[in-house]
Amino acid sequence: MIELIQHLVNGLSLGAIYALIALGYTMVFGVLQLINFAHGDVYMLGAFIGLYVSRHFALGDHPSLGNLIGVLVCAMIGCAIVGFLIERMAYRPLRKSSRINVLITAVGVSLFLEFSGQLLFGSDPKFFPQIYKPEGDWTLGALVINPLQVMVLGISLTLMALLQFVIFKTRLGRAMRAVSFNHDLASLMGIPTDRVISYTFMLGSALAGAAGVLVGLTYPKIEPLMGVMPGLKAFVAAVLGGVGNVVGAVVGAITLGLAEEFLVGYWSPNYRDALAFAILILILLFKPTGLFGAKRTEKV
Amino acid sequence: MSTLSKPMLEFKNVSVHYGAIEAIHDVSFQVRQGEIVTLIGANGAGKTTTLRAASGLVKVSRGSIEFRGKTISNLPPHEIVRNRIYQAPEGRGIFLNLSVEENLDLGAWAAPNKSTLKADLENAFELFPRLKERRKQNAGTLSGGEQQMLAIARALMGHPELLLLDEPSLGLAPQIIERIFEIVQKINQQGKTVLLVEQNALQALQIAHQGVVLETGKVLTQKSARELLASDEVRKAYLGE
Repeated sequence: MIELIQHLVNGLSLGAIYALIALGYTMVFGVLQLINFAHGDVYMLGAFIGLYVSRHFALGDHPSLGNLIGVLVCAMIGCAIVGFLIERMAYRPLRKSSRINVLITAVGVSLFLEFSGQLLFGSDPKFFPQIYKPEGDWTLGALVINPLQVMVLGISLTLMALLQFVIFKTRLGRAMRAVSFNHDLASLMGIPTDRVISYTFMLGSALAGAAGVLVGLTYPKIEPLMGVMPGLKAFVAAVLGGVGNVVGAVVGAITLGLAEEFLVGYWSPNYRDALAFAILILILLFKPTGLFGAKRTEKV
Repeated sequence: MSTLSKPMLEFKNVSVHYGAIEAIHDVSFQVRQGEIVTLIGANGAGKTTTLRAASGLVKVSRGSIEFRGKTISNLPPHEIVRNRIYQAPEGRGIFLNLSVEENLDLGAWAAPNKSTLKADLENAFELFPRLKERRKQNAGTLSGGEQQMLAIARALMGHPELLLLDEPSLGLAPQIIERIFEIVQKINQQGKTVLLVEQNALQALQIAHQGVVLETGKVLTQKSARELLASDEVRKAYLGE
């Protein structure tokens, strides 16, 4: 029982990280019908921005929650700018091109970021400073919970709640939902569709940046190719939930996180990465629209 | 054609290409303030393309479109909307993923004055009581006639001076078509200028002041609706007699 709860907590916090990344995939797919394969690399950049900001201000010397929040904000802003530039420079010129051209471009952007990362940061793993170090573990009988994990989960959920608020309660969110339904129709309402697409990239990239910092905090070895696998897995999570569906992305990501954790915990860690792709194949074979994709409700 | 009042909207020798194909060629016509002008013609004559050009959804390759003397052709659609030109697009282009009320809110996206939003909603519901009953419902659950009403109501939310209506009668039952045309007439009497694209030429001409006949992408003639209704040629070709 204790073990089960332990795995549950681990799986949830892993799933929450996947969710932060998957949301960017699904939002961008919503407005552009594009799988932005560079998205995992934006997450990597988030981790590195966090690393350099932490180092620059020597935040590891005095760990605090304030440090963490400050670093999060810097990484989110930095990644939002990166997302803006990617859309503006790589995707916008192809707005009228066929989808396959854009897809190939996305792969190109991804490789560009990965290898520029190796050039800039070096390809050897770097240690992410401990900018936030909660005191001790929480114990409840035999159950040991790492407060850091709870914090990661809490921050992820807060960001997701904020995103929900933006999408469903604000003017920008309404515009995003309109653009995701149909660009022409949205522009007839007076909505500047290109600008809304930019904002969508910025929002999605900011969440990926936050995920990068949170991962740096919990698995403190970061390197320029760290975005590849989580990026692909978040993509699987988005497909599992029904790509384009915001709630689906979160559910898909949590499901995947839990499934991985239970697989590793109760069977073998060797199949951790295979699981996501097995899920992808199964979904594409049996329910290509994903869990929530069947009815086209709230797409962003 | 009396030309006392200056045209509100003027197409000057407008051509539109889709790739190598010319969809409309050298199209010129005028819409004066306060009028209902209807564009009639067979399927594929270029009616929808003409409206899409006015809204900025397609690029004009030759000629120009002027609104109140200002060139609006090839501006992005969201800037054309700022001139208070609103379109209710073909096929009841509404946001099927949003509620009725959210659709109407989007219509007011670029409205000149946000403080009138509540009153505008009430006006829309007064004009289309069915929509009030269904305000929280997803627009995808509405009937065809209700969707068309929503498209028109939404276009009105932005306080248009010129309303572009693309085939509002498409696929609707006769009684509902009649109701839609009554509403269009009422909207016009409230001071909105209307450019109405219709295949249903007879009914369109009955409420219109002017008619523009399009054939294979060219303007055949622009005359008063009364003259067009009386002309043998038009009756034969477009009114099915």
